[in-house]
Amino acid sequence: MELFQYPYMQRALLAALIIGLAAPSLGIYLVQRRLTLIGDGIGHVALTGVGLGLLLNRSPVLVAVLVAAAGAVAVELIRARGRTSGDLALALLFYGGIAGGVMLVGLSNSNSAKLNAYLFGSLTTIPPEDMIVIVGLGVAILVAMLALRPALFAVCHDEEYARVSGLPVRTLNLLIAVTTAVTVTIAMRAVGVLLISALMVVPVAAAQQVARGFRSTMAAAMLIGLLAAGSGIWVAANANTAPGASVVLMAIAAFVVVATFGAVWRGLRRRSAPATTPASEPHEVVLNRS
Amino acid sequence: MTAPVITVTHGAVGYDGRPVLRDISLTVAAGEVVAVLGANGSGKSTLIRTILGLVPLSAGSITLFDRPLRRFRQWHRIGYVPQRLGAGSGVPATVREVVASGRLARRGILRPPGAADRAAVAAALASVGLTDRADDPVATLSGGQQQRTLIARALAGQPELLVLDEPTAGVDAASQEAFAAALRGFVDGGGTVLLVAHELGPLRPVISRAIVIHQGGIAHDGAVPEPAGHHAAPDHDHVHPHGPDEHAGLWS
Repeated sequence: MELFQYPYMQRALLAALIIGLAAPSLGIYLVQRRLTLIGDGIGHVALTGVGLGLLLNRSPVLVAVLVAAAGAVAVELIRARGRTSGDLALALLFYGGIAGGVMLVGLSNSNSAKLNAYLFGSLTTIPPEDMIVIVGLGVAILVAMLALRPALFAVCHDEEYARVSGLPVRTLNLLIAVTTAVTVTIAMRAVGVLLISALMVVPVAAAQQVARGFRSTMAAAMLIGLLAAGSGIWVAANANTAPGASVVLMAIAAFVVVATFGAVWRGLRRRSAPATTPASEPHEVVLNRS
Repeated sequence: MTAPVITVTHGAVGYDGRPVLRDISLTVAAGEVVAVLGANGSGKSTLIRTILGLVPLSAGSITLFDRPLRRFRQWHRIGYVPQRLGAGSGVPATVREVVASGRLARRGILRPPGAADRAAVAAALASVGLTDRADDPVATLSGGQQQRTLIARALAGQPELLVLDEPTAGVDAASQEAFAAALRGFVDGGGTVLLVAHELGPLRPVISRAIVIHQGGIAHDGAVPEPAGHHAAPDHDHVHPHGPDEHAGLWS
């Protein structure tokens, strides 16, 4: 525990906890939309922003937020247009993003350790000024995702119905896209571009094994994200492992535990309940109408 | 009668240059219960989706509550019941949560739900007979119960006009009766209904007018037509094969 007396460790823990809460609060909408891998793709695009920031000698996190947001908006516009060509367009955007990032980082004469810090995260080297960005944006994500839950749920659940309800569907979709970009960039320093999606998706996947409603899934996912972040940092500090990877492995462990528990619990409930015939629907044809 | 709720004037719709609807003109007045009938592929679903602004018109004009569709903003006056929901995602949602979405048009997206919202959701659940399933995940319901959930969602917004896309297709008898009762209650309260149906079944007594769509045009507008051919047989129960193992669930 002595390690947590150092300011850099406290910063690391705070950043991880905020990301652990915020990432699943966004991720649940992405999972509901079947866009679970979008975080990965936006991460690739964010890497170009990092390269650009290093090249221009600006804060890589801030430049990455802008570039990733532009990429996310482009992805959303492609998605809203139609699906057939969208798949290929997304692939082009993602590979372009990572290739551009690697090239720009190289041009900026940064060493590969610097690139690695963004690829796999480097929680303990976050400078205080980046912490302000991470905390501020993390809180903004949480507020937006929680306050707009009914509307975002409606849009992700049934987009046409949301449109007929007069909801600003396009604006809400763009909000989700931009929030994805912001989440990816603030989580980038903590868990790395290659592992960001895990923190958005794995806690939600775990929570939906046992939760019955949307709100309870969201609450459980955020709790799992928080616990995975906290325990992951603790493991990383004590076993001297990579923090990002430790956090993601803790989240996956939580998924395995919850999924096993859920299966056992359902099995027990089924066995203890009397074996009634499930209430089946009547025949579709009339057999003996009087 | 009173002011028109829906008017379509020389409306035409095409997908990729292929005409689906041509020269459609119709009026639905307040208090009417209008059924849009027609064979599969006749364009009847496209017609109501166009009226709701989900499909663009290629020619003609539409007004809702005396306002051009393009400038219509009072969406809380309309309750839409789609034929089915898209493929499920695995994120669970309770029946109550889905029905509560129906309040958004009235409440707006920023205001948190209040007592009036909760009361309206409870009343809508009761009117379709799903009160006891309110906190169950929607995915565990039968196809008919899921359809009733969608109707409750539309009713929760306390609309003046209900627009339903094949509300009774593939729905069990108990749900059809529950649906017909809910619809009667809505009409008795002064509501207007536009519904697409393949055939009417227990809804027939509630319908005041029928519009038959045939090959993209209106073939009949008036009294509910008598079924033709083998459809007219007294014991005919309209059953379509939908493939051997089709699952009944709307979300699965």
